[in-house]
Amino acid sequence: MSPRRIDTGGRRVDRDRGIRFTFDGKPYSGHPGDTLASALLANGVTLFGRSFKYHRPRGVLTAGVDEPNALVTVLKGNIREPNIPATQLEIYDGLTVVSQNRFPSLSFDIGAANQLGGKLLGAGFYYKTFMGPVVGPLKGTRFWMFCEYFIRRAAGLGRAGYDKDSARYERTNAFCDVLVVGSGPAGLMAAKAAAQSGKRVILAELEPRFGGSANWSSETIDGMPAADWAQATIAELRERKNVRLLPRTTVWGYYDDNMLAALERVSDHKRDAAKGEPRHRYWSIRPGAVVLATGAFERPLVFPGNDRPGVMLAGAAERYAAEFGVLPGRKIAVFANNDGAYGTALALKKSGAEIVAIVDVRRQVSEAAHAAALSTGGEFLAGHAVVATEGGTKLSGVKVQIFDAATGALSGDPRSIDADCLIVSGGWSPVIHLASQAGVSPQWDDDRQAFLPPKPTQNWIGAGAFNGSFSTAAALSEGDAAGRQAAGETDGPAEELPNVDAPALQSNPAPVFEIRTSGKAFVDYQHDVTAEDVRLAHREGFVSVEHLKRYTTLGMATDQGKTSNVPGLAIMAEALGKPIPDVGTTRFRAPFAPVSIGSLAAERYGDLKPERLTPMHDWHIEHGATMYSAGLWYRPMIYGHSGETIEQAYVREAKAVREKAGIVDVSTLGKIAVQGPDAAEFLDRVYTNMFSTLAVGKARYGLMLREDGFVMDDGTTWRLGENDFLMTTTTANAGKVMQHLEYFLDVVWPDLKVHLTSVTDQWAGAAIGGPKAREILAACVTGTAVDNEAMPFMGIVHGEIAGVAVMICRLSFSGEMAFEVYCGAGHGTHVWKALLEAGKPFGLVPYGLEALGTLRIEKGHVTGAEIDGRTTGRDLHLDWMLSKKKPFIGSAMMDREGMTAEDRLQLVGIVSLDNRPLNGGGHIVEQANPEDPANSLGHITAACYSPALGKFIGLALVKGGKSRHGKRAFTSDPLRNRFGPVEIVSHHFFDPEGKRMHG
Amino acid sequence: MLITCPYCGPRDVSEYTYQGDGNRARPDAGSTDNQAWNSYVYDRLNIAGEHHEIWQHSGGCRAHLAVSRNTLTHKVSAVAFARDAGHRKSDRHRKSGGAA
Repeated sequence: MSPRRIDTGGRRVDRDRGIRFTFDGKPYSGHPGDTLASALLANGVTLFGRSFKYHRPRGVLTAGVDEPNALVTVLKGNIREPNIPATQLEIYDGLTVVSQNRFPSLSFDIGAANQLGGKLLGAGFYYKTFMGPVVGPLKGTRFWMFCEYFIRRAAGLGRAGYDKDSARYERTNAFCDVLVVGSGPAGLMAAKAAAQSGKRVILAELEPRFGGSANWSSETIDGMPAADWAQATIAELRERKNVRLLPRTTVWGYYDDNMLAALERVSDHKRDAAKGEPRHRYWSIRPGAVVLATGAFERPLVFPGNDRPGVMLAGAAERYAAEFGVLPGRKIAVFANNDGAYGTALALKKSGAEIVAIVDVRRQVSEAAHAAALSTGGEFLAGHAVVATEGGTKLSGVKVQIFDAATGALSGDPRSIDADCLIVSGGWSPVIHLASQAGVSPQWDDDRQAFLPPKPTQNWIGAGAFNGSFSTAAALSEGDAAGRQAAGETDGPAEELPNVDAPALQSNPAPVFEIRTSGKAFVDYQHDVTAEDVRLAHREGFVSVEHLKRYTTLGMATDQGKTSNVPGLAIMAEALGKPIPDVGTTRFRAPFAPVSIGSLAAERYGDLKPERLTPMHDWHIEHGATMYSAGLWYRPMIYGHSGETIEQAYVREAKAVREKAGIVDVSTLGKIAVQGPDAAEFLDRVYTNMFSTLAVGKARYGLMLREDGFVMDDGTTWRLGENDFLMTTTTANAGKVMQHLEYFLDVVWPDLKVHLTSVTDQWAGAAIGGPKAREILAACVTGTAVDNEAMPFMGIVHGEIAGVAVMICRLSFSGEMAFEVYCGAGHGTHVWKALLEAGKPFGLVPYGLEALGTLRIEKGHVTGAEIDGRTTGRDLHLDWMLSKKKPFIGSAMMDREGMTAEDRLQLVGIVSLDNRPLNGGGHIVEQANPEDPANSLGHITAACYSPALGKFIGLALVKGGKSRHGKRAFTSDPLRNRFGPVEIVSHHFFDPEGKRMHG
Repeated sequence: MLITCPYCGPRDVSEYTYQGDGNRARPDAGSTDNQAWNSYVYDRLNIAGEHHEIWQHSGGCRAHLAVSRNTLTHKVSAVAFARDAGHRKSDRHRKSGGAA
């Protein structure tokens, strides 16, 4: 039997079975149902970790989600999960846990020397200390950068691992009529009442066991122990088909329109998750109404040494005894400002502990409390306060002094009392976090010395301790009422409520938060913020509670100040000389408790985006294509032969196009069917050039501007019929253009009779170009002639290839005689293969994006690299496309002063003069000095080796570009260590007259 | 946040795409009033309270909706098809001087 495990209590643990686990390498045993905290306490362990800044020894303060101190790291293989509260960690066989922020070991920690430098490490330590000298090698922030390494090692909590999290996470959505958060007496009654009305109910409880405070209360409900009543009620709810019970589920966020987020810890408590079971499940819940029965957190009192292991909240001590059968101490002292702790003292005495003293800041206490104090047999010290704790890493005693609650003054000589545990109660704070997230500021209540929930701005109803109604009887009746109201049953008579037998102890506290005397008194345990830090912040001028929080980091640790917010505020209010409600409180924000990032991402990790594959994708792969991702699409970059470099491959492919013929997959181009009686008028308004004049059976290159006059996209649009157009867009902008067109049609010009359909995925496209392209088509196309007469430049014909209907348009991106062949997507590979087969005798080769880019750079055609959202039509020398005969989107704004200025960045060609490659993104400068590449004239947008010219060339956007043709400049690319001379030329490198494509 | 699409019913905001301030008035296409164009393209009200917005149900029927939404509470008070609501003829921009 372990030293602190007792015979009574322990409903949650299975004493017949044992569990073995290790803490800092040392083996321990516990029982199923134990948390790490209860199991270690049962083994007599009180030291759990070292504190954030001062490396002070820390133990367990609470028994639940509010734990600030006992944070540990769980190891699963190479996966480290840091900062897990020991109070929330359910043990399982083989669990491996290590403590945090200590070196070389928990009991002997070098960093504890930081305590000696306590004055230096106060609030604002970083800001004040690391400003650095004004001169010298460590001036300014360099000093901080020098010190940071050491500080980061010394301060902080757990360390994250480097290995990829191998656990699986899930997301799910749920809808219900009533969501009940919390399953204490109030939540259980609410769930029961709502369920009886037949509504769909979800009951979420963050603990593994439903019942909340009933599980450790010594009260009776309906004549049975409260815990038995809770289990009977849960059993009843479990039978109902309209109730879903979610244990280990923390509702952590309350969002707009009554949407709540919850985290279910599905398999954290198991050594191995069952097959198909995730580690965590993220619930997005949309209930009709919410019942908030989240209870209250007990507050500690702030006094010197209040962080020593062995100091624990009273409610937590009672919980360890009742739920786990573990006594946190044998000789227990009590320190309180309210009656609640007296009941705890009685319960602990019944469990076998000795109550050595009850210290109460109040001189007068209620009769019931007085009677309870006497029956504990401990010394009763009303009007006293604990002023210090004794011991090292373990409490050995407390010092008490006479205390005046009205003035906070101490008098008389301090006296020592032997104790191995001090239980503390500083009143209760309702857990109003979700209500605060959902709405407005909470209300301060003087009687309870606590913030009560604000008026609902969303559809929730509070019940029980959440409302500040701390008695079980009130919890039951409010829960019942809330459940019925949430279910919409307002008329029916209330059911008879269960009887509660409870001591007449009042939990309203005296307004005492701090015992002010020398020594470090902690407000925020997890971030090591003392009462003196709060006052220091005030003295330095931080008067707003928001500033106070950020300067001292009070309440900003992983526990988000669950135990520290109200005491911190009270101390600030005192320093300001204002009442607490005038100081205000910070707004609670999601999440209520830490949430695993994995659960938020769930299955959407790795490459989150879907892949878009063209109909010919498999053919490309089979034929050695190296694929390249372009947005969501995968496109062939090169079809490399063995032993070829990328450069060799694209040069070979581009050369083949210029000399014979090449074929490229263009299925990725955006395609939008623009149809209807007003289609031509619509296109006239959308494009800068005219489309109503386009003949049926012809295509035209079009340019689109945004409203602000900058270029948005370009592409060809084909007139297939009087009222039937096929618009193509660039691959990258397909979605954006669609949305742009839809917006204008739906919002601005709803009178136009036009219908838009995205047909990108319906068509497969292949562009075949080169001197032999027409001959290849002639060899395989049936049902139409493909000569110059049947198919002039920009002409469209319909025919068949290998039995499949195709639509062919003679247009060219490569600058060669070229054709785009479209067919139904399902026939894409069939037609593609037939074209290649027909092209064999002519030397046709497939080419990829690299060669395509090379061909277009040689021709000076623009793509997304030049249409970058900052260029105008004139910048790209597309003035000829800007119609003067009609208004179009962007026509009014494109002529503004700055957009027609001479010194704008304009499209030019550049040629490398040192015969070395150019880089996209490299700057163009005038000076020849690589050390001072000042005054950028512009940048390179695209670059390649041009087989047609035998040179390294590129396109660039350069200030006053046209006027610089024939001039020398330099490219400066310090990141890639490239500097060299270039010549600025026209962007039409190759066949400027376009003889080849018109030929 | 929920927006009730007149076609599809109440749907989560993740199905929608914000398509801009619904208070803008587009000048006539042929207008050469630079001030009016400038105001339409660049000036935005940054309202704390009831705001008129255009949302597209991009993950649904793709209709554009004229949505009245309180920017402080995210409460949506009215939803209509943008084409029926017409382009709101509002001179509030000029009165307020618009956003810088």
